[in-house]
Amino acid sequence: MSLVFNRRNLIQSAVLGASAAALPGSAMAQARARIVIVGGGFGGATAALTLKRLLPSSDITLIEPFDQFVACPFSNLVIAGLRDITSQSFSYDRLEAAGITRIADTAIDVDPVAKTVSLQWGDDLTYDKLILSPGIDFRFEALEGYHSGMTGRLPHAWKAGSQTLWLQLKLQALEDGQTVIMSVPPAPYRCPPGPYERASLIAHFLKTQKPRSKLIILDAKDQFSKMALFKEAWEEHYPDHLEWRGASNDGTVVRVDAEADTVFTDFESFQSPAINVIPPQKAGFIAERAGVADATGWCPIDPLSFASTLQSDIHVIGDATIAAPMPKSAFSANLQGKVCAVAIARIVAGMSPEPTVLANTCYSYTTPDEAISIAGVYSNAGGKLSSISGAGGVSPLRADKAIRNAEAAQAHHWFETITAEAFG
Amino acid sequence: MASIRLAVPKTAQSGDIIEIKALIQHEMESGFRRGSRGEVIPRDIIVRFECSFEGVQIFAADFHPAIAANPLLTFHMRAEKSGRLLFEWTDQNGETWRDSADLEVI
Repeated sequence: MSLVFNRRNLIQSAVLGASAAALPGSAMAQARARIVIVGGGFGGATAALTLKRLLPSSDITLIEPFDQFVACPFSNLVIAGLRDITSQSFSYDRLEAAGITRIADTAIDVDPVAKTVSLQWGDDLTYDKLILSPGIDFRFEALEGYHSGMTGRLPHAWKAGSQTLWLQLKLQALEDGQTVIMSVPPAPYRCPPGPYERASLIAHFLKTQKPRSKLIILDAKDQFSKMALFKEAWEEHYPDHLEWRGASNDGTVVRVDAEADTVFTDFESFQSPAINVIPPQKAGFIAERAGVADATGWCPIDPLSFASTLQSDIHVIGDATIAAPMPKSAFSANLQGKVCAVAIARIVAGMSPEPTVLANTCYSYTTPDEAISIAGVYSNAGGKLSSISGAGGVSPLRADKAIRNAEAAQAHHWFETITAEAFG
Repeated sequence: MASIRLAVPKTAQSGDIIEIKALIQHEMESGFRRGSRGEVIPRDIIVRFECSFEGVQIFAADFHPAIAANPLLTFHMRAEKSGRLLFEWTDQNGETWRDSADLEVI
């Protein structure tokens, strides 16, 4: 159990450490800056709370159109019918109580020269510093036959909410014996082990509810996160309910036909009433409008402050960034939100940002009560993000069930801690 | 034995342009990579692909070390009569792999 407290402490101590590093506080307490944050997910909400704490006299504005945030971590349990979606939902009440102004609107454009953000309904906002935490958008054009109007027929469920429930319904409506199809995109995408956790839990659902059905994963890659651990779990738990096909085994989906409920690889076609297409991805669209995304569709940053390397006075955090070796995860976004907030607080108080240590842990469920994890520790010194070798690691192979059960319990603690950190 | 996948329409109208896909599972080891102990991993690549229809070559390609693993080729032909397509890959040591597909023109 010590592992639990270590990792929980890691999240919390990062803030305390960051705050301590930000001293002396008097310059910050008096600094008055207009800071606008776009996107109220794990990155944006954390950055807003941290900035309000560090710069109490400044105007901190969060632009987020939805009143409820629906978390992606643990949403695979919802898809498999093992968790209620209300447990995934968080309001912005605590942020507003802390003095953060939330505007329920969508940022549709950024003028990085005039330093303004345009909203869909409201008046333009002027900023001294802008933080973009826009998450992901889908590259619909990257898959032949696919477009944004198909997400009802071929749900992605890669942004949690109605899509999560839609995929859950499709699985429940399945007739026993019918095949489920999942299409996994090439890297990079949000949550590298996410598709394989989802596959595990869907296979569990089939094994217990539709025992003559199976899931086929069509993957555009040959290697994936925690691959050996997942394959071990699949062999043990789902030999008849899950089949994985990698890119070199004709696994890459190249075309979809939503009307025919069919996806195509180069050599075969697969028809199913329950197809989960996880599309190729890019940074949320406002990143493109602001000119902070490069030709890859993602946002290059200075890892010391998460300042965009393409536009001044704009910072980018979370899934939208190019932050490898840090993965695109809620944990990464949360820590990047803190590091970015501390860096901005130092800058507006006349100090320069300082290097620090970042970390990430991704838990994945392989059954409802067993989980595996991968952890990394990173430095942002020297102008780049780098893994600190010898720190972090993955769960052991061929481990006792008690270890898997303990990690499942740790995952629950992790979820409670990180959502409390971000949303209260 | 390398695994081969072919995609050829079973039937076509005379005069149709048909799409043909051919994939072979092969490491295509470039010879430029090093192993964990710093040793050079020796080159092991396919160097030639040929496709013929009823004995007439319709497509051929030379492969070099920059070609990715599991090379997939897509090309087209005009279907004019029924017959057999032959596919052949040859590696740097002269080893060959063959497969075939029949096309019926209706």
